[in-house]
Amino acid sequence: MTQGLWPALLGRFDWQALPFVRAWETPTVSEIIGAGAASIVIVGAIGLMALLTYLHAWRYLWKEWLTSLDHKRIGIMYVVLAFVMLSRALVEAVLMRMQQASAIDAPGFVEPDHFAQLFSTHGSIMIFFMAMPFLTGVINYVTPLQIGARDVAFPLLNSISLWLTGGAAGLMMVSLVIGRFSTGGWSGYPPYTELAFSPDVGPDYWIWAVTLGSVASTLTGLNFATTIYKMRCPGMTLMRMPLFVWTALCTSILMIFAMPPLTVATALLALDRYLGAHFFTNDLGGNMMMYANLFWLFGHPEVYILILPAFGVYSEVVSTFSSKELYGYTSLVLATMAIAVLSFTVWVHHFFTMGQNANLNAVFGIATMTIGVPTGVKIYDWIWTMFRGEVRFTVPMLYSLAFMMTFVLGGFTGILLAFPPLDYLVHNTLFLVAHFHNMLIPGTLYGMLAAYHYWFPKAFGFRLNERWGRISFGCWVVGFYTAFMPLYVLGASGAARRTQAFYEPAFRPWLYVAGVGALILLGALASLFVQLWISIRDRDANRVFAGDPWDGRGLEWSVSAPPPEFNYAVLPQVAARDPFFDGKRAGDPYAAPATYEDIEVPRNSMTGPVIGIVGAALAFALVWHIWWLAILCALGIVAAVIARSFARDVHRTVTAAEVARIDRHWRAAVAEAKPIPRHIETTSANRGLAEVPA
Amino acid sequence: MSDAVKHAGLNLGATDEETHEQAESELFGFWVFLMSDAVIFALLFATYGVMLPATVGGPTPASEYKIAPAFVETLILLTSSFTYGMASIAMKHGEPRRVLLGWMGATLGLGVVFLGLELHDFATMFGDGAWPSRSGYLSSFFALVPLHGLHVLVGCVWLVVMAAQVLTFGLDARVKINLLRLGLFWHFLDIVWIAIFSVVYLQGLIR
Repeated sequence: MTQGLWPALLGRFDWQALPFVRAWETPTVSEIIGAGAASIVIVGAIGLMALLTYLHAWRYLWKEWLTSLDHKRIGIMYVVLAFVMLSRALVEAVLMRMQQASAIDAPGFVEPDHFAQLFSTHGSIMIFFMAMPFLTGVINYVTPLQIGARDVAFPLLNSISLWLTGGAAGLMMVSLVIGRFSTGGWSGYPPYTELAFSPDVGPDYWIWAVTLGSVASTLTGLNFATTIYKMRCPGMTLMRMPLFVWTALCTSILMIFAMPPLTVATALLALDRYLGAHFFTNDLGGNMMMYANLFWLFGHPEVYILILPAFGVYSEVVSTFSSKELYGYTSLVLATMAIAVLSFTVWVHHFFTMGQNANLNAVFGIATMTIGVPTGVKIYDWIWTMFRGEVRFTVPMLYSLAFMMTFVLGGFTGILLAFPPLDYLVHNTLFLVAHFHNMLIPGTLYGMLAAYHYWFPKAFGFRLNERWGRISFGCWVVGFYTAFMPLYVLGASGAARRTQAFYEPAFRPWLYVAGVGALILLGALASLFVQLWISIRDRDANRVFAGDPWDGRGLEWSVSAPPPEFNYAVLPQVAARDPFFDGKRAGDPYAAPATYEDIEVPRNSMTGPVIGIVGAALAFALVWHIWWLAILCALGIVAAVIARSFARDVHRTVTAAEVARIDRHWRAAVAEAKPIPRHIETTSANRGLAEVPA
Repeated sequence: MSDAVKHAGLNLGATDEETHEQAESELFGFWVFLMSDAVIFALLFATYGVMLPATVGGPTPASEYKIAPAFVETLILLTSSFTYGMASIAMKHGEPRRVLLGWMGATLGLGVVFLGLELHDFATMFGDGAWPSRSGYLSSFFALVPLHGLHVLVGCVWLVVMAAQVLTFGLDARVKINLLRLGLFWHFLDIVWIAIFSVVYLQGLIR
């Protein structure tokens, strides 16, 4: 089988690559779990296709969603992708906790190699295919609305970014069914991921999934930096931008400069694996430390790419639900920028123990601790925003409060880790795992869930169920503390991370508690889905078409929910921060404009889906060494780009009459709606028109 | 045209105001892309610097670099930036289409000659046994210099595509903006090459 037609056609594929075959030949629990996961992917994919066919929804899906260049739809698709991947990665986390709880002086039920794949996919997915799509989706949806723009600067590029991310996530799913994933962790450190130690397809899946994702993020970054710099409505100066836009801007700049190092790191690793180069090998001049530097030159700013948008969300949420102007706007902006800059000065703290000298460690230790200062500024600003405000404990607000408590705890443990001597004691233990989950769960996940609850009514025109939102919130918080506080204890006691079995009986109670915590977190995710189901079921009772369910402050609340395709019938003029909030108090913000004009919107394009799908096929071909397919796909992408550059009829005009009809319809609904006071905003009385206190 | 900030780079001339507005954000976005690309080159330069001593008994910079062809390549690429500049000016002043196409053709020709000479250099190095898989030093050389070459190749393909678009559409707004983008790209390659010539080839002379 090493020569002839088979490898020419199918590369290094053989039947052992299918988990079903492996489970048939050696039916251990671990293999059966693997085959079960693969079946879920296949059954899920087939079920979805069958459902779409049954509903005759293919055409609708393709025309209205998949080829859409509307930033709002692209944002929603990103968030859907994030929820799908969150489900998979959370299940993997639960599996790992169950394994560790059952493997104290015992082998447990997951084999070591399988366990290594679990922590590699869990980490890779949570960072690249859950957190990144989630925040990119929220930025996509909210930013153009908040700056009073009709769309992003490069709508087609936006679609291409979405589809490259989707293609990469698809590749992650395919790795469950065909072959196996990397066992080298989410950071893929060589020399372990080099050919000499990992000759299988696993690291290649990791390399190409991450590369597609990082290219997509670079493009997203440049798209949104340009959008925010160039597309703001008249009067929206930089220091009048909502804080979420500021964080979106800083995150975009971080993406522009921090994603290329990741691309370089994975590309050089690929050169090592595919062309026998010696960047990170053990022999012939390879230097693994180059990888550590390149990877963390990306990896640390990445932490802030993930966290800054959440900071922006909290700023919006805390201000809205305290009915107060954001306290210390300027200091929040400065703190955001300071964090963005400092994030590039600390990367060595990820490898304090790898042999550089003590002075270097000290410099990076101090730089690391410095980030605590602007972060602290932010926490105080949010607290002062609530002070003497009319605080309403809605679901997004609850997430914000839980974040403030939990994130500060995580920050303290971060300061501990920033001391190189202390880091020597706990590096590569569960203490670190506890720390970064302590930062990323409140610092990204809670933020994105707050954003989801806060802007959901804007996106879909009805509010989410409050009760199930609270249940889910409770589970996330209780589950987080139960699952991760024991890991601090375990880590401080020397329990190594990424360990498949423990030989210390004293760990048993802590591992059990952590296991229960993981199950509670699974319950949290389940309640989110229940909430979504119930909210869709009861959508008519909770419609907020008028568009302002929370007495909002920014421009995004001044249009209907959901907003029309062109966002604004007439582009707004801004004279201060919180323009809509001020407008409501100063007079009638719903006065109809005198005239309407034609509006150009981008026509749908299949370029994005084509590039995403062909890009994923290219990656798959490279993973399996199917060279003919790889060449074909590469040429296909070039051809698609060139062909698109010849397209001229790329805009569609919404006529002034159509704009007027849509706008008047909404204004009529606003005139009919009954304004409701804040204390009943979570009831069905809320139709999206806020009562303005006299 | 408002008195808003104009995009950096060549302006399109006073007669074409609408295109100015569009060009402003589209060229800004392309600048941002180039900065991101510059990060990639900067990291590969850094990698090259770190890997330079890692010759592990194989070919060294002193044994491999021929300064004469590298110098000729530099002259050719600099000249191609000049010819592209002439193409931009022809576009700005609305000269006949054949003048624009002529300068674009000259740029393309110089780009192709550059690529040919570079490939010849690589072939010579391969003949000496200087393969990317020979040592860490050679790996880093072959990550950096051919990536620049790949950019030149992309630029050449782009020139052909743009020539076709000039013939198909004439100088509509999108063609103009794309020609400006291509100009930025081409001059950016020149700058990167100057860095390669200094950091790689000239430094190779003194090692």
